[in-house]
Amino acid sequence: MKILYLFNYWIVIVIMLAGLYAVIASSNLVKKIAGLSIFQASVFILYISSGKILGGTAPIVDSSVPADVVFSNPLPHVLILTAIVVGVATTAVGAALIIRIHRAYGSIEENEILEYEE
Amino acid sequence: MVSLAISFLLGLMLLSVFAVIAMRNLFAAIILLGIYSLLAAALFMTLDAVDVAFTEAAVGAGISTILILATLLHVGHDTKAKKIIKPAPLLLVLAVGALLVYGTLDLPEFGNAQNRVHQSEITRHYLEKSPGKNGEIGIPNVVTSILASYRGYDTLGEVTVVFCAAIGVMSLLGGLRKKKKQTTVSNDSTTDSAS
Repeated sequence: MKILYLFNYWIVIVIMLAGLYAVIASSNLVKKIAGLSIFQASVFILYISSGKILGGTAPIVDSSVPADVVFSNPLPHVLILTAIVVGVATTAVGAALIIRIHRAYGSIEENEILEYEE
Repeated sequence: MVSLAISFLLGLMLLSVFAVIAMRNLFAAIILLGIYSLLAAALFMTLDAVDVAFTEAAVGAGISTILILATLLHVGHDTKAKKIIKPAPLLLVLAVGALLVYGTLDLPEFGNAQNRVHQSEITRHYLEKSPGKNGEIGIPNVVTSILASYRGYDTLGEVTVVFCAAIGVMSLLGGLRKKKKQTTVSNDSTTDSAS
């Protein structure tokens, strides 16, 4: 069973690396922002998986819930809720920077901007 | 069964990620990014993180996509990328990947209730003491209790970050200086999609 749960982590790592690759390798600035979003979401998945208990349920404790129910860990959920909103704030600033760069250089391709600078 | 659903969703996410990177048309790439976020929301649902799921669906798949689409409205949606595979970044990324995979070997078993995270004092306190009639907070949803009360300063910090980002966007786009109706990117997009 160990390989099965590690396998899921490995897929998350591949997604994370694809995002990192998009940030480093693509010359288009919008693609870079997309890579950043991909990277962020993969980190969220890694965090949330640590809070899951197999056979458990969402951490909503009510008198109608049977006593023997196991709840998943709420703390990672809270941290990631904060991280999602901060991630969108980052995306917004990045998008504004792209529009600004496009106004100044007339292009959003990194190599064209560098040529223009020289 | 749950593991199977998780693997299936992760596989779909992997496909959409590769499609985002390979896509020449930026409009298609951003829509695929929205699909990726929505798949992430579905995954959070299967991982019992309901609050995170609907925040990701609304904010990650919704607002984030709209923001980038509004950017594309200004900058156009064609890329001039000649080749997708570059050797140097690929090597760097693979090296990072090897380190991360080595790191996963020490991770606690997925979904086991005996993991130290689930047995810790603070988790038990949140789950046992906060809800209920005589509880410390008295709200059934423990995530809400922690977010708004126990870790309220976190949320205050988050609001500060969003405020700073809004100031940054406004000053970058000149919304503070000019009296033109171009304050934030989100304003632009909503009016454009309505018309």
